[in-house]
Amino acid sequence: MITRRGLVGSLAAGAGGLLLSGCNRINADPGVRSLLQSAEGLTMRAQRIIADRGDLAREFTAADLSPVFRANGTRQPAGADYEAHRLGQFADWRITVDGLVARPLSLSMAQIRALPTRTQITRHDCVEGWSAIGRWTGVPLKLLLDHAGLRSSARYLIFHCADRYPQADYYESIDLIDAFHPQTILAWSLNGQLLPVGNGAPLRLRVERQLGYKHAKYVHRIEAVERLAVHGKGKGGYWEDHHDYAWYAGI
Amino acid sequence: MNATGTSDVTASAPRGGDIVRRHRLSTRLWHWINAFTVFVMLMSGLMIFNAHPRLYWGQYGANSDRAWLIIGAAGDRGLLVIGDRKFETTGMLGLWTDPAGRTQRRAFPWWATIPSSYSLADARLWHFFFAWVLVVTGLAYGLVSFANRHIQRDLLPRWAELHPRNIWRDISAHARLRFPRGAAALRYNILQKLAYLAVIFILLPIIISTGLTMSPGVNAAWPWLVDLFGGRQSARSVHFLCAFAFVLFVLIHLLMVVLSGPFNELRSMITGWYRIPKERDR
Repeated sequence: MITRRGLVGSLAAGAGGLLLSGCNRINADPGVRSLLQSAEGLTMRAQRIIADRGDLAREFTAADLSPVFRANGTRQPAGADYEAHRLGQFADWRITVDGLVARPLSLSMAQIRALPTRTQITRHDCVEGWSAIGRWTGVPLKLLLDHAGLRSSARYLIFHCADRYPQADYYESIDLIDAFHPQTILAWSLNGQLLPVGNGAPLRLRVERQLGYKHAKYVHRIEAVERLAVHGKGKGGYWEDHHDYAWYAGI
Repeated sequence: MNATGTSDVTASAPRGGDIVRRHRLSTRLWHWINAFTVFVMLMSGLMIFNAHPRLYWGQYGANSDRAWLIIGAAGDRGLLVIGDRKFETTGMLGLWTDPAGRTQRRAFPWWATIPSSYSLADARLWHFFFAWVLVVTGLAYGLVSFANRHIQRDLLPRWAELHPRNIWRDISAHARLRFPRGAAALRYNILQKLAYLAVIFILLPIIISTGLTMSPGVNAAWPWLVDLFGGRQSARSVHFLCAFAFVLFVLIHLLMVVLSGPFNELRSMITGWYRIPKERDR
């Protein structure tokens, strides 16, 4: 039997469903998405205008440290290779710097830890909304790049990582403004301890003026490239390629 | 209209029943762009909140830190936790059923978010595009309305209006739903003025600046801005609270439109033309 209340209810549900499928269609429309994504370039240019390329992220004191530094994303890379490295305390882990460089490098963790260090207490901001403050120690990326000698055609650095996701291995990329920033380091220590597995052991990128997903963990190769299109789907990172995260994550 | 303008309805004293120009094009444009923008900002913002449905005070805050607000689920119940108080919100917050009949354990339900199914990345696309729309149109409106003296003439209260007796009179008139009639209806009353000024010059600037302080790039450029709010997680909490204050404003605003004559009010905000309510019979 058709009751008035039932009719009104089903009309409302029908209208809601129509609205919902309409909204989902708008959200999925490629034209709409590329319009929305156009704001990313605007935001990046605006931030680069208001910020000097050497402006530092706030550095905190030991009193400001988060009691627990949360690990997120991959907390334990899959695969026998990584497990063997972990059991061997990463003695055989090598980090290569190649691509558009004059002198490709291949360094062990012992060599990395013997290089000059920078220690910084900074706030890590996850794209999800949480923040944690930690003390990071590592080698300034600039030192490695100066050793390797970037070719003049190099525009970006791609960080190849050992964590595997269903669609692809994790990777990230930054431009040379962030690569040569004084706080951009390859960190091998968190809060005075060797980097824990959950936070990217043995080596992770710190790029302090961007969100957490840019801070590639489990880094084993740094490749200097002219264009991001050479790797993956060409958007410059795992999340960018597969989930439409913004490449510029300063916001 | 002739050269002296004497046929202009506003030239003679407006009376109840007259149809007069009430809202300028700049005000109407900004109103409707904003109506859409604020909707998108709010709903995409709720989806961004869903990615981490906890709020903190201070510089940092993550799952092991103490949150002052949590929306979550325990077993088959949705929960809102504020401080030490728990409210069951099953079906509304924390645990709800999506249109396909599946149980979802997310903070805000599908009908309140953009997009309707969980996607932090898509919500950020909407939020950060329309943030530009909000800021650019807001600045343009502010400049135009200052230049054409809309702010000084129509929005800023006169000293006499700020007298507590006048404010109290307006509160009691609102409470009895006795809205101004005749020529008095053409001016904003004191509660309206204060509400609009508070939203334009306090609430929106706080929402925008706390939004900016969640950006690590802006933090490096303007560290003083995040200090103003006592840290990034405090700023995130303030952003959320101000967004809800804005929702409250919108609800009261809509209620007032409905109570004071929705057809006339809508017409004046769409076309600019407004029929002055007839004076009350004495």
